[in-house]
Amino acid sequence: MSERTDNGGTPLLEVRELTVHHGQLRALDRVSLRVFPGEVYAIIGANGAGKSTLLRTIAGLHQPTDGAILYDGKDMTKVRPERRATGGIVMVPEGRRLFGSLTVEENLKVGATYARKGPWTIERVYEIFAWMKDRRTQRTAQLSGGEQQSVAIGRALVANPRVLLLDELSLGLAPVIVQRIYAMLPQILSTGLTVLLVEQDVSQALRVASHIQCLLEGHTTLEGRPSEVTAEQVEAAYFGLSQAAAEGSEALWHGSTPSSRAS
Amino acid sequence: MAWVNAIIQGILTGGLYALFACGLSLMFGVMKVVNLAHGDLAVIGAYVALGVITVTHIPALWSFVIVVPIMAVLGYGLQRTLIQAALDRGVLITLLVTFGLSVVAESGQQQFINADSHSLGVGESIITGSFSIGSQIQLPYLLLLIFAVAVVVLLGLQYFLSLSRYGRMIRAVADDQEAAQLSGIDYRHVFGIAAAIAFGTVALAGIAYGMYSQFSPTTGTDTILLFAFAAVVIGGLGSLWGTLLGGIVLGVAQQIGAQINQADQVLAGYLVFLLVLALRPQGLTTRRAQS
Repeated sequence: MSERTDNGGTPLLEVRELTVHHGQLRALDRVSLRVFPGEVYAIIGANGAGKSTLLRTIAGLHQPTDGAILYDGKDMTKVRPERRATGGIVMVPEGRRLFGSLTVEENLKVGATYARKGPWTIERVYEIFAWMKDRRTQRTAQLSGGEQQSVAIGRALVANPRVLLLDELSLGLAPVIVQRIYAMLPQILSTGLTVLLVEQDVSQALRVASHIQCLLEGHTTLEGRPSEVTAEQVEAAYFGLSQAAAEGSEALWHGSTPSSRAS
Repeated sequence: MAWVNAIIQGILTGGLYALFACGLSLMFGVMKVVNLAHGDLAVIGAYVALGVITVTHIPALWSFVIVVPIMAVLGYGLQRTLIQAALDRGVLITLLVTFGLSVVAESGQQQFINADSHSLGVGESIITGSFSIGSQIQLPYLLLLIFAVAVVVLLGLQYFLSLSRYGRMIRAVADDQEAAQLSGIDYRHVFGIAAAIAFGTVALAGIAYGMYSQFSPTTGTDTILLFAFAAVVIGGLGSLWGTLLGGIVLGVAQQIGAQINQADQVLAGYLVFLLVLALRPQGLTTRRAQS
């Protein structure tokens, strides 16, 4: 078992052997993960690796065929998505998914409708995204992609989540905008949030994450701290290219695959 | 002068048609349900009003105080059970289910009530009375009242949707159900609220129609549903004020048709309906319900 157990005792969010099917297709195959309080846990992987499926299943938008999702020690596998959100698992969905006919402020108000008690308010969101207050009466459809992403993050924050799920923040955004949004992360984390994020942009994920896990075709291929994994390992895990090469070198994966952790 | 009268009558009748249409439009706008039982539910509302009036002897006009809540509860219940179950299986299934509901409602009325025509509040002066401007223009109090009710209902809906917490949730769910769930909103409950409001307006439509004309179990599908559809399509799907405009256009077309030849009244309305479908299929107004 890795050294991560000593930083918080029990995991805040645990996924056990999760298998998810989209029709006949097995999108996730016995994927497990444990996210400890205060961590920034990044799932990386290529298109179709099952990253978003994993996050959406944790949020409750997909039902797994097998496996369990535990939050704060309680089994959430059968809980409806809106109950998970009000319980503290809040997702910023891929593609932002704002309420397009609502204004910026109305989007935030919807996010705050069933908010838990906590540090985040609409005013606080206006403080960290300074432009937002002046444009709060605009429809979100009129905003740029980066601005929409900020509103989507704000809408999730005002619910005062304990676990914030971020699905592909960088998708469709210019690199400089992505940088700016990820630069907000420390401010967000300072309020005691735990973050589980999915990111196609590996360098971005490695920069912000305290723990990474790589998926390939629904399987976990690599897991560890960014400082512990080499670029070659990540590349191999991401593309699945050097499986033949990896066969001969068990050491490369030692202590990082789920099977070895379980043993 | 007869033409002016026809146009004024048409505009006022448009208020009635807007009442028919706004519930249909709301249910489509929020949950994408085309409620084929809409007209039959209005007739059920009228029968409930008839029952309430018979039992309590309150004036027909005030029956809405009891009938609207009854229908609203029925709407919430139906939405949370039958219609939601259909929605979970796909939008097309809702067509089959509401069609089935329509058949059941109509046969049920024929079976358990009877196929006779009824009307509400015959003999009450406000319902049968009118006043004249000059010798040609007759303004029935009832049509004026119905038009006013339609405007009040639409204004009320607009304010509710744009300013209240539940209105905001309804708009959010209409935009994106899944994103609403991620914000902790149970969209099935919000759908239930929207259906309750829609059924409340359906009750008003049924009572208004019952006072305006005679109703029987078949009135729902052969008159109310068709006029509601025509008003919604003419005005623009999902637009609240569009239903009023659509209702007025339909009403005026019918009255002008009747002016030309009494037998062409309904036909004229449908011709305009077809014309709008052909030339401007998105409806006369493309404003959305929430604007």
